[in-house]
Amino acid sequence: MSKLYSGAEIVFKCLEDQDVEYIFGYPGGAVLPIYDELKNHESIKHILVRHEQGAGHAAEGYARSSGKPGVVLVTSGPGATNAVTALTDAYMDSIPLVCISGQVPTHLIGTDAFQECDTTGITRPCTKHNWLVKDVKDLSKIIHKAFEVATTGRPGPVLVDIPKDIQFQKTKYVNSIKTKKLNGKIHNKFNQSEIDQLVKLMINSSRPILYTGGGVINSGPKASELLRELVSLTGFPITSTLQGLGSYPGDDNQFLGMLGMHGTYEANNAMHDCDLMINIGARFDDRITGKIDEFSPKSKKVHIDIDPSSINKNVKVDLPIVGDVSEVMLSVIKTLKKKNPNFASSNKEKTSKWWEKISEWRSVNSLNFINSDKTIKPQHAIQRLYELTKDKDTYITTEVGQHQMWAAQHYKFNKPNRWMTSGGLGTMGYGLPAAVGVQIAHPDKLVVDIAGEASVLMTIQEMSTAVQYNLPIKIFILNNEYMGMVRQWQELLHEKNYSESYTAALPDFVKLAEAYGCVGIRAKTPDELDEKIKEMINVNKPVIFDCLVDKEENCFPMIPSGKPHNQMLLGPNDQEENKITGKGKTLV
Amino acid sequence: MSKPKSAYSIPGKKQKNDTHVIVVWVDNEAGVLARVVGLFSGRGYNIESLAVAEVDPKLNISRITIVTTGTPQVIEQIKLQLGKLVPVHKVADFMRGDKKIIFKEMALLKIVGNNIKRKKAIKFCKKFNPVVLDKTNKSVVIQITALRREIDTIMNDLKKTGLVSVSRTGAVAMTRGAEIFK
Repeated sequence: MSKLYSGAEIVFKCLEDQDVEYIFGYPGGAVLPIYDELKNHESIKHILVRHEQGAGHAAEGYARSSGKPGVVLVTSGPGATNAVTALTDAYMDSIPLVCISGQVPTHLIGTDAFQECDTTGITRPCTKHNWLVKDVKDLSKIIHKAFEVATTGRPGPVLVDIPKDIQFQKTKYVNSIKTKKLNGKIHNKFNQSEIDQLVKLMINSSRPILYTGGGVINSGPKASELLRELVSLTGFPITSTLQGLGSYPGDDNQFLGMLGMHGTYEANNAMHDCDLMINIGARFDDRITGKIDEFSPKSKKVHIDIDPSSINKNVKVDLPIVGDVSEVMLSVIKTLKKKNPNFASSNKEKTSKWWEKISEWRSVNSLNFINSDKTIKPQHAIQRLYELTKDKDTYITTEVGQHQMWAAQHYKFNKPNRWMTSGGLGTMGYGLPAAVGVQIAHPDKLVVDIAGEASVLMTIQEMSTAVQYNLPIKIFILNNEYMGMVRQWQELLHEKNYSESYTAALPDFVKLAEAYGCVGIRAKTPDELDEKIKEMINVNKPVIFDCLVDKEENCFPMIPSGKPHNQMLLGPNDQEENKITGKGKTLV
Repeated sequence: MSKPKSAYSIPGKKQKNDTHVIVVWVDNEAGVLARVVGLFSGRGYNIESLAVAEVDPKLNISRITIVTTGTPQVIEQIKLQLGKLVPVHKVADFMRGDKKIIFKEMALLKIVGNNIKRKKAIKFCKKFNPVVLDKTNKSVVIQITALRREIDTIMNDLKKTGLVSVSRTGAVAMTRGAEIFK
């Protein structure tokens, strides 16, 4: 007879077979048997967070920077509900997470027992799938299936809820990792005729644009290589969503910058005026499209996505191709090379007018801002951070708000998996715990969380985690004492009624850093900024960097609500004009 | 139109709504109906009626029939989103007017009244395969099978014959002829 294992042992056997190295978690009554078993499994290290939301975001940061699924372990009731924000965040941004939660013993389920909640009910809409384990015999099968669901197709979070009595019960262990693909849920069914159609459209287009998204990152590093090959092969201009940054070098001439609500003038205008739009792994999010009815009216649209439900959801497309973007791009490159080996050079003339137009838009220099030698402009701070860290293979996480957009605009990424930001859900408090996860995955790399002072206070407790595990993360706070993006919207849309967007009692971040046992640095003026940033980089400890920036700077360019791509608000100069004519008001 | 003061865009043109019958084959496991129904409520889709029961005890498969309304784009989304659920095996979609499909709904009707009224009620139901399931000298329970609209009409007609209670199933659907949906 083969050996019998307890449910808790089976959990670890599964994690070992899945090559899990780190779990992010927080103990509690209903997961104690699993925590008791932890000591017997040396290959798995547990990172103790300070709040379960932090565990979830740390696992997200780990997953996004390493390409491996993140594993979260929480207790029942409040443990599980605290993880819900992170699960929803992972669901929106397609990040593979496996969350294991404890549950009250089976016989107490439904009795409103201590720390009981309907975890599978609560997490049903924010996971790809979840399971309540009712029989220990199903446990190993369910956990392996959970990893499979989380990592295949369009990735996402899953949850396995394990009642405490199941953790004690014993059964045989079955390693059921399957190489077989999931029943009907893997969509990689594109065919050559679709590729041929796409190549034909590419050959005939005179105003093409590639619009790439997080799918390129999720498809693995090979996808980014193929994308670079495709771009150089075609000579097409390329723009990227917030999540796709890094899949194509940010400093390359063919790259038009990020598109969307705070995207560049050239990227958005090119999207509006193109005759062929090739969407690779993006999902026509409302922050990207602006007004749907007037979205890119003159173009043929091609959408390459692994998730068939993303196609025609927001924007009707002419040619949908359902498949893994790497494989589709590989086919396109092969077909294009066969049909027309010198495509880029032969196509140059055809697209030359288009490129002229793009350079015109580029000359507007929409990311420009009026710098100051008295106060630190937030954009300037990001630019300096970029210049001083660009030769270091730096990993950047962010919170959510103005600082996030400035980071996306002014920090140029050259490699995939270096940029971790909460795009879909827009979770303030994401960046600090995500940085913890990134630093765990890459202990020797520089990891910077570009933060706002309001966001970072939502999960500031995770500094304690960073100190405990000697994770030298750098929290680079652009401190303007406002919830900047809220303030900006109030200025533009609500007659400058700054309702509750000012934080009147902020902590002293330098002292806060010291209280946590890390290093606090403050920069007040532009002259000292570079020195202080260098100091931050050179400290081999966690740092909170309090960068006091202009309090009233707004994030431009911007597509106001309900407007199409070609009606952008540009920076302060444009705004002055609008103010005089009263046009600014009607624009928003 | 008032000036939009929102971080979101204003709704675009509205398309016409159609009624569709969506048939879903799922693993008969705990919570599967909640997943399907939760997807509809969570994404703001309509459910006009719902019928669900296990159809293959050996393979543990249940068949869910949902009548819903939506624009062509919404119907397409419903199908694709359902297809993504892990316990869902296949999804079929029929237009309500489709001649190749049979739709049926069952209703139980309780009539309380004198003999004349009860007789009249049964006569009204004649077209819809009436079966008398229970009879007393004051009441009768009639089972009919018909289309949704037909049952709506007959309920109206039966008001004057002493209809006191109605219980209806949701519509179920099946293709005509020898074909089955793969």
